[in-house]
Amino acid sequence: MTHDRPLLCVENLKVYFQSNGARAHAVDGISFEVREKETVCIVGESGCGKTVSALSILGLIPTPPGEIVDGQIIFSGQNLINLDEKAMQKIRGNHISMVFQEPLTSLNPVFTIGDQIGEAVRTHQQIDTEALFQYCVQLLNDVGIPSPKQRINDYPHQLSGGQRQRVMIAMALACDPDLIIADEPTTALDVTVQAQILALLRSIQKKRSMSVLYISHDLGVVSAIADRIYVMYAGIMVEQGNTDQIFRSARHPYTQGLLASLPSPSKRGKRLHSIPGTVPNPAYKPKGCPFHPRCRQKILSCQQEYPGMCDYGEGHLARCPVLFKPKGYPG
Amino acid sequence: MLSFIGRSVVQKTITLFFVSIVSFLIIHLAPGSPSQVDPMNPKFTPEMVERFQKEFHLDKPLYIQYIYFYQDLFTGKTVSWKDNQSVLKKIWERFLNSLPLFVVGTLITWTLSFPVGIRSAIFRGGIYDRSATFISYVLISIPGFFFAYVLIIFVVTYFHVPVIGMETFGIGDAPATYLFMDRIWHLVLPSMLGATGGIAVLSRYVRSQMLEVEGQDYIRTARAKGLPAEQVHYKHALRNALLPFVTMFGLILPGLIGGSVIIESIFSWPGMGRMAYEAVLARDYPIILTVNFVSAVLVLAGTFISDLLYLVVDPRIRL
Ligand SMILES: Nc1ncnc2c1ncn2[C@@H]1O[C@H](COP(=O)(O)OP(=O)(O)O)[C@@H](O)[C@H]1O
Ligand code: SF4
Ligand SMILES: [Mg+2]
Repeated sequence: MTHDRPLLCVENLKVYFQSNGARAHAVDGISFEVREKETVCIVGESGCGKTVSALSILGLIPTPPGEIVDGQIIFSGQNLINLDEKAMQKIRGNHISMVFQEPLTSLNPVFTIGDQIGEAVRTHQQIDTEALFQYCVQLLNDVGIPSPKQRINDYPHQLSGGQRQRVMIAMALACDPDLIIADEPTTALDVTVQAQILALLRSIQKKRSMSVLYISHDLGVVSAIADRIYVMYAGIMVEQGNTDQIFRSARHPYTQGLLASLPSPSKRGKRLHSIPGTVPNPAYKPKGCPFHPRCRQKILSCQQEYPGMCDYGEGHLARCPVLFKPKGYPG
Repeated sequence: MLSFIGRSVVQKTITLFFVSIVSFLIIHLAPGSPSQVDPMNPKFTPEMVERFQKEFHLDKPLYIQYIYFYQDLFTGKTVSWKDNQSVLKKIWERFLNSLPLFVVGTLITWTLSFPVGIRSAIFRGGIYDRSATFISYVLISIPGFFFAYVLIIFVVTYFHVPVIGMETFGIGDAPATYLFMDRIWHLVLPSMLGATGGIAVLSRYVRSQMLEVEGQDYIRTARAKGLPAEQVHYKHALRNALLPFVTMFGLILPGLIGGSVIIESIFSWPGMGRMAYEAVLARDYPIILTVNFVSAVLVLAGTFISDLLYLVVDPRIRL
């Protein structure tokens, strides 16, 4: 299933926000890659910097207060960070498109959905009105909107939450991009609709053989679609591996905590585990391992130093040098 | 749609009825009385006062006076107490005088405020935005009359252009083009002055509306599609930022009758505002009440128009 050619390669990305007073290190040196035709998930609690990472790829960080201070974002052999606004516009929606978390507020209330989808096409392609109409109807059909010929003239408020998200997906698909970034696309929806949207994304990804970068706070959702998973905490990656490695042999206490808090049949009727405490404010991260205030396995040195990723082989990496010392780790 | 219009008309008529009662009471219960019936006024003998009171039903109870007044108003028979002229005719003449001032002033206000406010919002924090903010606050804080006098002195001294009144005194038989230009010159300065305060306030409001919309999620979506910046700002953002101004558009209507008392007084402009002001001083009740009633009608008509416009421009509002 996985294909080895990297499509997107993010290296040591740092995005800081300057709000009055302290500087928030929202994304603090993350690296990850998405290969062709692969579904990669980034998982972490709210406030970890997932959305900021996604927006940086498209060059949509609000500046000020935000700023990409370091790193590279290589997409199809091109460093997106050096691109000017015009060149970036050619990439957005055309090669990389994005589905946002809130389908209601993410659609413009005063334009019909047909307008908004059609606009995505016309921005990047020459197409006459009749063909555009047919194509938009086709797209709506592909994402499972019933009677698309009528719905195309609807305004966003006339659709249900799930349908709005389908429209967002149709819009993202409009120019047949190489990569779709889906930032918590199901978080605002109720559970049954969540499953439908997830299934839709998966079938589209297969049919069109695109890459998907799926962002979620919910490991449970991720297990259904991910080829590989990155676990993010407080602006850094703490563990990465394929879905099996993460679900069967998670190495990092944070990943283990997330796994332990998933509902499952064997835990029915029992109280669900939750990791105590909250994600630190990115402006005031603790010294050493940022997870140490919440970690039950911490030792004294965790509060002082925090070395890099440890390699467990076969692409499984975790950044907790204390518990699972890999071969050759000093001490 | 029709039921909305019907309901709205009924509601507004009821409102108008209460407004007519309240304004009538306020005027009549306010201290002081018209000079014609003031017993201290040496110009009028007791017989004249009595005749006057009879003629205008001032000796009847208030509710009878109310009925007489609005009966006269609707049949067009109301006359001014000062000179026995028909009130509607007087108002109409003054209205025609105020109209050019109002139209030009409003046009200047709206055509300048929007570009300034929108640009400030798009380039927020930049040098353009900061200068616009500074100038707005200066214009808001300088009183209009002071500004007017400074401008008059400046224009008269350096351009030798007469600016007082609607036309230069005694110009009657000059050629038509000259007359026309003279009118224009007289119109420009008061309209501009009337507009300055409006521009300062309205452009601020446009800016804040635009800023709020620029922060919305759908603007991010528009950018994520790869739309060029102009389309993001002038299509997606502007269209939403303009919605609240549709309401304001309907509310300009009452400005038609109010006019600007201060500007009209400074420039000796024989407009509505000044007439109303003078009527208040002379306690000329028919004029005050008629102006009052007409403005109430215009306010209600304005809100009605706003409601209709909102229906047209905001797809979320349906009946
Ligand atoms: N526009 C912004 N201004 C200031 N700080 C921001 C902004 N956007 C994000 N941040 C900071 O980045 C942190 C991570 O945000 P985000 O990426 O949205 O988290 P996630 O998507 O993982 O829930 C936030 O806690 C906040 O401190
Ligand atoms: S480094 Fe220490 S504090 Fe951090 S996760 Fe590992 S054991 Fe816990
Ligand atoms: Mg987020």
